Amino acid sequence: MADVTTTPPLTPAARPARPERAEKKPVISMATLTPEMVAMQQHFGEPVIQPAPFEGVLITDTSKVPDVALFVRDELHLEMMTNVTCVDYIKEGYLEVVYHAQHITGGAPLCFKARVPRDERAVLPSITPYYPGAEFQEREIYDLYGVRFTNHPDLRRILLWEGFAGHPMRKDWHEAYYEQENKPYDSRWPAGHHKLAEERVPWGDNVQYPPGFDPTAYHGNPDEGLYNTMMSEAPTGGAADIPFSETGIRTDELIVNMGPQHPSTHGVLRMVVKLDGETITDLKLVLGYLHRNHEQIAERNTWLHNIPFTDRLDYLCGMANEMGYVIGVERLMKLQPTERAEYLRVIMAELTRIQSHFWSIGFLLNDLGAFYTPALYFITEREFILDVFDQVTGSRMMNNYMRFGGVARDILPEQLARIRLLVNERLPRAIDELERLLSDNEILRARTIGVGYMSAERNIAYSVTGPLLRASGVHYDIRRADPYSIYNRFNFDIPVLYGGDVFDRYRIRILEMRQSLRILEQALAQIDQTKPGDIQAGRKAYIHRAPAGEVYSRVETPKGELGFFLVSDGGQNAYRYHVRSSSFINLGAVKEMTVGQKVADAVIILGSLDIVLGEVDR
Amino acid sequence: MADTETTQPGDGTGDAIQNDPRVPPELDRNVFITTLDAVYNWGRKRSMWPMLFGLACCAIEMICTAAARFDLARFGWELMRPSPRQADLMIVSGTVTKKMVPQIVRLYNQMPEPRYVVSMGACATGGGPFKEGYNVVSGIDKFIPVDIYIPGCPPRPESLLHGFIKLQEMIDRQSVRTVPWYRPGGSDVIPVPLLGPDIIDVRRASEIAERNKVMAESPALAEGNAQGQA
Repeated sequence: MADVTTTPPLTPAARPARPERAEKKPVISMATLTPEMVAMQQHFGEPVIQPAPFEGVLITDTSKVPDVALFVRDELHLEMMTNVTCVDYIKEGYLEVVYHAQHITGGAPLCFKARVPRDERAVLPSITPYYPGAEFQEREIYDLYGVRFTNHPDLRRILLWEGFAGHPMRKDWHEAYYEQENKPYDSRWPAGHHKLAEERVPWGDNVQYPPGFDPTAYHGNPDEGLYNTMMSEAPTGGAADIPFSETGIRTDELIVNMGPQHPSTHGVLRMVVKLDGETITDLKLVLGYLHRNHEQIAERNTWLHNIPFTDRLDYLCGMANEMGYVIGVERLMKLQPTERAEYLRVIMAELTRIQSHFWSIGFLLNDLGAFYTPALYFITEREFILDVFDQVTGSRMMNNYMRFGGVARDILPEQLARIRLLVNERLPRAIDELERLLSDNEILRARTIGVGYMSAERNIAYSVTGPLLRASGVHYDIRRADPYSIYNRFNFDIPVLYGGDVFDRYRIRILEMRQSLRILEQALAQIDQTKPGDIQAGRKAYIHRAPAGEVYSRVETPKGELGFFLVSDGGQNAYRYHVRSSSFINLGAVKEMTVGQKVADAVIILGSLDIVLGEVDR
Repeated sequence: MADTETTQPGDGTGDAIQNDPRVPPELDRNVFITTLDAVYNWGRKRSMWPMLFGLACCAIEMICTAAARFDLARFGWELMRPSPRQADLMIVSGTVTKKMVPQIVRLYNQMPEPRYVVSMGACATGGGPFKEGYNVVSGIDKFIPVDIYIPGCPPRPESLLHGFIKLQEMIDRQSVRTVPWYRPGGSDVIPVPLLGPDIIDVRRASEIAERNKVMAESPALAEGNAQGQA
């Protein structure tokens, strides 16, 4: 990439403790005022745009949000709306919707915000018409925070179901097993014996109902809204009402549910497809079957508590997720990890990338109908990488390895020797074998070339990141675009392909694995110059306090851009913890990729996205 | 077996089929006498067809167990069926959410008997690390009966294999005379839970309605349940 920009130092303006924040006029230091912010201020003027506390600009006139979005996209050329999320400032009495837009050429994202009251006036104009990638994210905000977006094409709940009582991420909404606002909780056995969560709640279970609710008289159907958006005019008179098609046959469109239990949906995803014969005419995704409230639990947890939870986000690449989270918290805490820890992180993240790509290619082949045989080869190779993880971190998948300022355990020379053996001998051969087996396979090529095409422009509009974006010709990888950790020390390329179809998405993963091996070779050579045992900066601690501030840190995981939007109020917990997950946002583009294709191709298009439901639903 | 009297149905020795003294010598090594249970269980436990059905992280370890290194096929279990109609075993591999549980109950109802349920991992067993979440069910056994619980987060493939062996031992102890699926009437169908303001276990619907009425009248009782309308 031509312009390798380094991240500007994140220096959140010193800010008062949270209760006073509303009264004090927010001040932004000139150091964090980027040229984009200046341009926005010049264009819109003070009444509309103000410097926001923490970072970014605040849009005071909420009706101007679409104008600002259009200006940001067309004048400032921040083509990609990376992240849209919401923060509930309950003491100040407003919800703050936070947008992060960025150049596709790299650099730190621009942040702008808008505030809405917490009552029924929580309405904001949607930016989905300008940034289609915001569609799912706005639906998520509506679902979890209750902010309604006007002019949104399909504003329904996305992670929970229609009819759920309340908006659970609001700070005054408490789950059934609620104990206290923040961990660490008080003693759970003050009387000398513990009490189960089930014993504390009226229903003896993780449920709660509005007062007076009578389930025997309840006839709600969570899917009603979904099917209403997909049905055209329903034929009232039965078959006689179905019109004749051009071929003189009476045809009707058919709605088929794929999932949530379906072998090709890679987990508990539900695709509702509308079919004309075998051709897909419409597609809706139903998410949330694995929505396990990661964000809410994380806001109760202490900072350190969250590391093992990040493993379970994208459960195939635990350490890549951990890396994103610890880097974010380190930026908040202004902590610099030790040299050796940086190398260990990079080694682990790149090994994670290789094993994740092995898995994804194996299961793409599974979806193509090569049932399990190719996948078996790749799982075999993956097991060798998991062995390394097992030895170094103590676990195959849920590694819980990284810490703020370092890593949990040092690596032994024999473990390093094992990684070297893998990187120099076994894995290159395995990747060669994989290519020999597949890349020229006629069936694979016939099934994938030209299928699921998505142009670079549309990918950017849908905020698609990761191998998908690079397979459509966009040279965008966070490791180069907004470098983190020590990636700027290594000599490696960002592979780019221009086909934009399933075949190129398959091929780019092979190329990325080869680049990961290059990084690993260099990292393994350089780690010997670091001091063994020097793996933790500062003191080990259970309770960490992060200074008040907010940070949006992102890393390039095998699936794409993984962002953590963290807000700290100076305490030992995250005030807001948001995961910008690439799997979730990449799914927004599925509809455009699949409409017009055959239903059998929808399966492989989904396979080429390489989604992990833990990260989609969080 | 030497003596049918000493062999109780399903005492775990069903595999060791030996010659019976009552068999005439000319039929020796051609006719074997054993119990129906022994043959029945021997066949069943070695041709379990698990349902191809993954929920979360544990599913990855389940796939690894079925792959080359751990090789579930050694136990005769390799045939994963995507359809519940062809499956004997449901491996609940991952966090059970409220949104997913109606589907799981429906799949369980669709499985023909005899059917078994393995609860794999901490989440399926009791909610695991996500127990406090508002969309998480505190264990699949709140809705469907579970035969084997496997601890771990996620369980390693070895633990999953151990759980399978335990299930085989359990099957070995069953007898056609006592198993519920040969009794008149068969097993009950589990009602599919509803998704209302929260998950509604239909079996408890009238209890919930009654209690909710009482709680609506006395605010003191409702203290612990005040959030539903938020």
